[in-house]
Amino acid sequence: MNSTATSHENAGKWWIALASLLLVCSLLVGVMIGPAGPAWWRVPLELINRLPFFSIHSGLTDTDWSIVWQIRAPRVVLAALVGSTLSIAGASYQGVFRNPLVDPYLLGVAAGAGLGATIVITVNRSGTSTWWIDPLPLAAFIGGLIAVLATYLVGTTGKGERSSTSLVLSGVAVTSLATAAQTFLLQRNSDVVRQVYSWILGRLSSATWGDVRLVIPYVVLSTIALLLHRRLLDVLRVGDDEASALGVNVSRVRLVVVIAATLGTASVVAVSGLIGFVGIIVPHAVRLIVGTSYRVVLPVSLLFGAAFLILADIPGRVLDNPAETPIGVVTAFLGAPFFLLILRARKTAQ
Amino acid sequence: MTSLAFDQVSVAYSGRQAVAPFNDTVKPGEWLCIIGPNGAGKSSLLRSIAGVVPHTGRILVDGSPLSARSSRRRAQLIAYVPQSPVLPSGMTGAEYVLLGRNPFVTHFGSESVLDYSMVQDVIDRLDLHELATRDVDTLSGGERQRLVIARAIAQEAPILLLDEPTSALDIGHQQQALELVDKLRKEHGLTVVSAMHDLTLAGIYSDRLILMHAGHVVAQGVAEEVLRPETLGEFYGVSVRVHRESDGTIIVVPNRTSVF
Repeated sequence: MNSTATSHENAGKWWIALASLLLVCSLLVGVMIGPAGPAWWRVPLELINRLPFFSIHSGLTDTDWSIVWQIRAPRVVLAALVGSTLSIAGASYQGVFRNPLVDPYLLGVAAGAGLGATIVITVNRSGTSTWWIDPLPLAAFIGGLIAVLATYLVGTTGKGERSSTSLVLSGVAVTSLATAAQTFLLQRNSDVVRQVYSWILGRLSSATWGDVRLVIPYVVLSTIALLLHRRLLDVLRVGDDEASALGVNVSRVRLVVVIAATLGTASVVAVSGLIGFVGIIVPHAVRLIVGTSYRVVLPVSLLFGAAFLILADIPGRVLDNPAETPIGVVTAFLGAPFFLLILRARKTAQ
Repeated sequence: MTSLAFDQVSVAYSGRQAVAPFNDTVKPGEWLCIIGPNGAGKSSLLRSIAGVVPHTGRILVDGSPLSARSSRRRAQLIAYVPQSPVLPSGMTGAEYVLLGRNPFVTHFGSESVLDYSMVQDVIDRLDLHELATRDVDTLSGGERQRLVIARAIAQEAPILLLDEPTSALDIGHQQQALELVDKLRKEHGLTVVSAMHDLTLAGIYSDRLILMHAGHVVAQGVAEEVLRPETLGEFYGVSVRVHRESDGTIIVVPNRTSVF
């Protein structure tokens, strides 16, 4: 019998199955609901109709279908990609830094991306509409990567064991610097403040299949790399010294995980703006439910984060129509009480 | 059984020397105990063997240098029990012991059936069933120490390094932990190097003692040769009496020096 060591893993499989089911339901709900378009119950019928070997009359017109497929579906898929990436990146960052309070924006991705976006918007947003590629996500992506690179170069110059602390501190410094630069730019160009803030607060409203195609290679790459490290993240929990005595090349694992998480985060930030709370609340909620092993926390965070952001996006598009509530505001409003609720339930159970 | 040799091994932290060039050979199956006052370099020496801190000189396992091996291979040869091990909260005892199998799992792989059965075997032999399913957060100091030793045993390394293995334990648990190590050493032919503060226990369990002071080896030999009042007085700055029991056990007793 080796049930003692594997019991958590077996429970983990059930949680992964459950989270997958939740994600599928969320995807369905996401494409069924919207301010315009067909009656919600017709959408699943039409989806079945579109499957090979099935033929059901759903009553959807071509316009209805294009609302579902060209407007809702990319938005839902993008929400899933953004939510899953922020969640798994957040959980991984918390793992490599052994600090439950860090989020994927820790090393300056958000501030760097914000600065990149601000530069594009202030320089000349309207003049770029004819460009063959939209420079806004590109600038945000590059800004985010440059910020993290700066953080890494500054944070790892000091030798020795305190490197993870100095990395976090230099992240704080780079974030402040980028934010200061951004504020300066905004002050000089107050006419674009509104535009910049709407980007900062995060939005999925303009999502297209093009956005999905843009981020998917990075998201897939980063997700695979992080999932492959889930066992090693568990070993890292004993601390750098013991992990290295157990045969783990700690600095290499940390570097690879940080690169993968940053790449994913920067790419989703580039298309969706800054959606706060997801990267910190989802992994925490998952830990409270499934336990602390990263072997379970990473895949469940990935699935749960995707479902969470799809569902969090729904109130934003239905309420306050046609002016949308920014998704970053919704995640904050939903996330904080949700987190408190789980924390309370957990305490009562104990 | 595996030997461990040191050839001019020294450790320095940002230019300050913690261990002066050290030469020694620990015979296969031997228990070497390093004693010395705080800051003497005991932990640094152990940490350099474990690969946690960089060192100069050569550390040889069965004659071949450690530096030529990957960190995984090194961990297959050397198990390290640190002074204050971290037991991550939320982990069960069995999951913690399973960490000891890390050197045998490929970078992106996962543990095999063999690894799990090995862990179960260690749990059986060390009688840890009760701890196996419990959250490590809920365990007492003695229980935690047993788990840490179990993790090191699950590592199946022929060399075991123990840094102050008993400092957090009461006298009963001290004895239990050291008896356990001694039993495993005999069963598996382990070569043990430990740093210890309790001089009497160090004398009882080890085959040989090394006394370090300010990074240098200042005395070595069997307990009777090293644990002498004048030696301890000089390097610990204490006044002690040393008793020799009829069975050869050396007991170190501090003298009261204050006069009221």
